[in-house]
Amino acid sequence: MLEIALKGSKNYWLWIVLLLAVMGAGALAYVDQFMNGLMTTGMSRDVSWGFYIANFTFLVGVAAGGVMVVIPYYLHDYERFHRITILGEFLAVACLIMCLLFIVVDLGQPTRMLNVLLYPSPKSMLFYDMLVLNGYLFLNIVIGWKVLEAERNQVEPPAWTKPLIYLSIPFAIGIHTVTAYLYCGLPGRGYWLTAVLAPRFLASAFAAGPAFLIILCYFIRKFTKFDPGWDAMQTLAKIVCWAIIANLFFFVCECFVVFYSGIPSHMAHLQYLLFGYHGYHALVPWMWSGFILMTLGAVFLIIPKLRNNKTLLPISCAMIFIGAWIDKGLGMISGGFVPSPLHHVTEYAPTGKEIMVTLAIYATGLLILTVLFKLATTVKEEVRG
Amino acid sequence: MMEKSRRSFLKVAGIAAIGLGAAPAMTFSASDSHGTAQAVKGKNHETLTAHRWGMVIDTNKLNEEVAANIVKACHKAHNVPDFNHEVDEDKFPNTRPVNHKQEVKWIWEEEFHNAFPDKEDEFLAEKFKHLPFLATCNHCKNAPCVKACPTQATFKRADGIVLMDFHRCIGCRFCMAACPYGSRSFNFRDPRPFIGEVVPEFPTRTKGVVEKCNLCAERLARGKQPHCVEASEGAIVVGDLEDPESEVRVLLNENYSIRRKQALGTEPSVYYVV
Repeated sequence: MLEIALKGSKNYWLWIVLLLAVMGAGALAYVDQFMNGLMTTGMSRDVSWGFYIANFTFLVGVAAGGVMVVIPYYLHDYERFHRITILGEFLAVACLIMCLLFIVVDLGQPTRMLNVLLYPSPKSMLFYDMLVLNGYLFLNIVIGWKVLEAERNQVEPPAWTKPLIYLSIPFAIGIHTVTAYLYCGLPGRGYWLTAVLAPRFLASAFAAGPAFLIILCYFIRKFTKFDPGWDAMQTLAKIVCWAIIANLFFFVCECFVVFYSGIPSHMAHLQYLLFGYHGYHALVPWMWSGFILMTLGAVFLIIPKLRNNKTLLPISCAMIFIGAWIDKGLGMISGGFVPSPLHHVTEYAPTGKEIMVTLAIYATGLLILTVLFKLATTVKEEVRG
Repeated sequence: MMEKSRRSFLKVAGIAAIGLGAAPAMTFSASDSHGTAQAVKGKNHETLTAHRWGMVIDTNKLNEEVAANIVKACHKAHNVPDFNHEVDEDKFPNTRPVNHKQEVKWIWEEEFHNAFPDKEDEFLAEKFKHLPFLATCNHCKNAPCVKACPTQATFKRADGIVLMDFHRCIGCRFCMAACPYGSRSFNFRDPRPFIGEVVPEFPTRTKGVVEKCNLCAERLARGKQPHCVEASEGAIVVGDLEDPESEVRVLLNENYSIRRKQALGTEPSVYYVV
C-alpha cells in the first residue's frame, strides 16, 4: 500500500521537500545538543523540563483525541464517522511518534534510554507511560493499516481487529491519564498536585484532537477528491465545543479551590501565570490569550449559525487548538516549575536551537501524517471511483 | 536452501535465548560485586554504619564563614563544577559561556523563608533573617525521587542513604520534578572544564546525568565523617536516627528542631536545631 505515497503532484513533493528541509535543520540543532548537552536549551536547575516535555504532553492529548471518532463509530455505530475514523487513528500514530521523539530529545543520555526496559521500575509513572504510549501506537498502526487494507480489497476487516479496536479505547484514555499522573503525583509541585489534572488533560485533549481533525478535513477537501463529509465535521465540532467547555470549567474549579482556600504553595503558580509573581510575568499575556481563544472558540462553536459557517469553522477550531496548546504546552509545564519549591522565581523561555529541534519533530510528524493521510484518501477515492 | 536458512535461523534464535537467559544472572552478579553496605563492612572494620543515617544542623552554630567553608569542602571533594571557575583554555578549548541558572550544587546557603517556605512569617525572629540555612538532600525516608526514577538509578540503601548510579541515569530529570527540596542538579554540560583540581577519590560526572549529595557514603565506608561535618566546627552532626543513644538523637532530645516541608510526608532525615 505504501507505493501510493510515491506518486503525487508537484505540490505534494514540494511539501515533502519542505518538511525534509525543516527536519534537516532541526537535526543539525540536535547534533549540537547531543554533543554539548542540554546546555543548548533554556532549561535550568529550577525549570528542569521545558518546551520538549510541554509539547510531548500536548501531543499525547491530540493522540488521545482520536478516540473521539473511534467511540461513536465503533461503540455507537455512528455511520457518519465511517469515513473519518481512519483519519483519527492515523493522526494518533503521527502524534505518538512525535511524543516518543520529544521524550528522546529531552533525555540527557539518550544512548542509555533502553535502561528503562533493562531495569523496569513499576513504582515510576514513566514506566507505565512508556507501556501505554507504545501500546497505543502499536494498536493504532495495526488497526489503521488492517482496516484500510480491507477497504482497499473491498472485504471486511479481519475479525481479530475488533477486540483490538475495543482495547484501543481504554488505551487512549490511559495514555493521557498516565501522562497526567506523571505530574499530579509529585508532592512538592502545587500547580500539578490536583485530582482534576487528569480530567482536565482529557477534556482539553478531546477538544484539541478533533479540532485539528476538522482542520485536516478542510485540507483533505481542498487537496484530494475525497470528502470526509460535512455532517461528520459538524458532529466533531460539537464534540470539540463541549470538550473545551469542560476544560474551561475544570480550570475554573481549579482557580476556585486555589484562590478561595488561599494556600500559598498552590496559589503561587496560578498567580505567576495569570497575574505575574514578584515582578515576573513572561507568561501572563500568553495565558490570557490562550483562555480568550478557547472561550471565543467555544462561543463560536456553540451557536449553531456560527458553527455551520464553513469559513468560520476552521478558524474557531484553530483558536481552540492554539488556546489548548498555550494552556497545556506553554503554561502547564513552566507553570509547575515557577516558582521553584524554594520559592525562587526562575523564568523559562526556549532557545532558538530548542525551537528548531521542536519544529523538526513537528515536521517529522507532519511527514508521517501526510503519507498516512495520502494512503487513506487515495484508497477511499479508489474504492468510491 | 530452505533447510539451511532455517538452521541458521535456529542458531541465531538459540544464541539470543542464551543471551536472554544470561541477562538476569549477569545483572545479579554485577549488583553483587558492586558492594552493598555489607560487603564493605566485611573488608573494613572501621566502616561507620547506621540503621538510618540522619543529620542534625545546629543553625545557632553556623555563620556565613563556616557555611561557606562547608559548601567549599563538599563541592571540592566531590568534583562539583563551579561555573565561576576560570576555564583552562589549553585543556578545554572553545568552552562556551556558562548559564548560571544551569549550575550544579550539593549543599548551599538559603535564607530561612526559602529553605522553609511553609514557615514564612511576617514576624519571624530577627536572628533567623540573617542566619545562613544550609539546604541539601534530605535523604528522605519516603523519597519521591526514588519512586520517580524509571531506571532505579536513584535508589535507597538499607541504611537510609539515597544514592545515585551516574552510569545508569538516563537524564530524564523526573527526579528533579519529584524532589520538593530542589536538592538535585542536572549536568546540562560537561562539568570538567569547571573543576579546579580534580580529586581522584571521587568520580567526575558526565554531561546529561543528575547528581546530588550522597551523605559522603564513600567516606562513611572508610570510617570517616562527611566533609560537611568536618568543616562545620561542630554545627553538623550525622549519626543513626534509630539509635536512641546516638549523638543525633541526644541532640534531637535536648533541642527543638524543625524539618523542611514536613507536611508532605517525605520524612526528611535532616533536622535543623533552631
